[in-house]
Amino acid sequence: MLETMLSYLQYSFMQRALIVGALVSLCAALLGVSLVLKRYSMIGDGLSHVGFCALSVAAAANLAPLAVAIPVVMAAAFALLRINERTRVKGDAAIAMFSTTAVAVGVIVISMTEGMGEVSDYMFGKMLFLTDSDVAISIALCAAVLAIFVFLYHRVFAITFDEPFARATGTRVGALNTLIAMLTAVTIVIGMRMMGTMLISSLIIFPPLTAMRVFGRFRDVAVGAGVVSVTCFLIGLLLSSYFERMPAGACVVAVNAAAFALFSAVGAALRRR
Amino acid sequence: MAMMELRDVTVTFEGHAAVEHVSMKIERGEYTVLLGRNGSGKTTLMRAMLGLVRPRSGQILLGDGLRRDHIGYMPQKTQAQRDFPASVEEVVRSGLINRMGLRMRYSAEEKARALETMRLLGIADLRKRAYPTLSGGQQQRVLLARALCAADGLLMLDEPAAALDPEATEGLYGVIRMLNRERGMAVVMISHDVRAAVRDADRVLVLDRDVRFNGTREAYGQWRKDHA
Repeated sequence: MLETMLSYLQYSFMQRALIVGALVSLCAALLGVSLVLKRYSMIGDGLSHVGFCALSVAAAANLAPLAVAIPVVMAAAFALLRINERTRVKGDAAIAMFSTTAVAVGVIVISMTEGMGEVSDYMFGKMLFLTDSDVAISIALCAAVLAIFVFLYHRVFAITFDEPFARATGTRVGALNTLIAMLTAVTIVIGMRMMGTMLISSLIIFPPLTAMRVFGRFRDVAVGAGVVSVTCFLIGLLLSSYFERMPAGACVVAVNAAAFALFSAVGAALRRR
Repeated sequence: MAMMELRDVTVTFEGHAAVEHVSMKIERGEYTVLLGRNGSGKTTLMRAMLGLVRPRSGQILLGDGLRRDHIGYMPQKTQAQRDFPASVEEVVRSGLINRMGLRMRYSAEEKARALETMRLLGIADLRKRAYPTLSGGQQQRVLLARALCAADGLLMLDEPAAALDPEATEGLYGVIRMLNRERGMAVVMISHDVRAAVRDADRVLVLDRDVRFNGTREAYGQWRKDHA
């Protein structure tokens, strides 16, 4: 099985998938720890749908996909953050309206240009989409996310646990939230082309929840989520290249779900002792 | 001058004036209780004192060397904190971020300060425990310890005893009284609990959009009789 996987590694698309996927999995998990705990996980889902719309319009207009999608999704992240802050009650409904409209526009644009057959590539991802600029951007993204979690770790903890307290004691909460939202936007645009629109938000949601089944300290959850996420990605990619017809995105999500079940069982066993 | 002085402060909440024309002083070492029914603007006023919302009019002046980001704030508990993966130590130490500047880690003195604070509040032996596994009273002590780590002489507590049983409430009020009397902490506490206010406070402020009463504990007792 490993040999099959290694033989695939001679292809450059596979090398790109490995690098981009591992880095994006790590970023999504770390950002996810903060987003999930702040009850912002719907933002990931909403952004992936906006990303789908932006990518389909870029393809139809023959523009560079990343150059269009990254700024558009960043703007959407900014808007969704404001919606979530201002209108507490209707926030989730607003995000749902926002994202379904984006999907509708995207599907209309694709069906009119490339044809409906292409929709499934966007919905469920395609490794061949990845280019060298995806590799470069994911390396830069990963450096930025790691820098935040290393240099601003205590502030990330503070705004995640208690925003009013963090604000009162001098943390620039708005700036840090915006930074996290912007990096989430980039993570989603890069990740969704491989994982698919429908599946990318699972990279943000699963690893933190999986880590939380076993770990009780914030630091352990953050490190655990990163390790779980990268491991699940590698196993998923291995499976998808071994069983040739399986799409990578779906395999990675399935492995994440299995890891969640495993960690839940381990967590329950630990608590019973 | 006083640690904080409010001059004719009006603060809005969702477009409406939540509190109007409030003038008051907070003196060093003084224990003030803000009373008032739900929706009387107590929390909004405290948020303005902390700089979390800007008053629509009036002035909030800081004096006596107080820095606004060195006020020990204890907000009401949030829903998200109920299952939040954090150890007691992680939560308490997060009160130190206003002293960190651009540093990445807590210094040895800062860690010692956090430990000392946990000892003072009787939660040092819980420091490795996960926050969600604690009782309500223990969780409030953790949040109080965090506020104390951040505080230089002034604590602002928003209904610290909300949802606690009578025994835990008494314990918590005892700790706050100790911090005020033995450590010289000025306290501003929002409360529904008239009894505790009358027993511990130096000064009582009754809010109902505007200030209905502002005076000493003794004068408040008289005022209540007159308004009964």
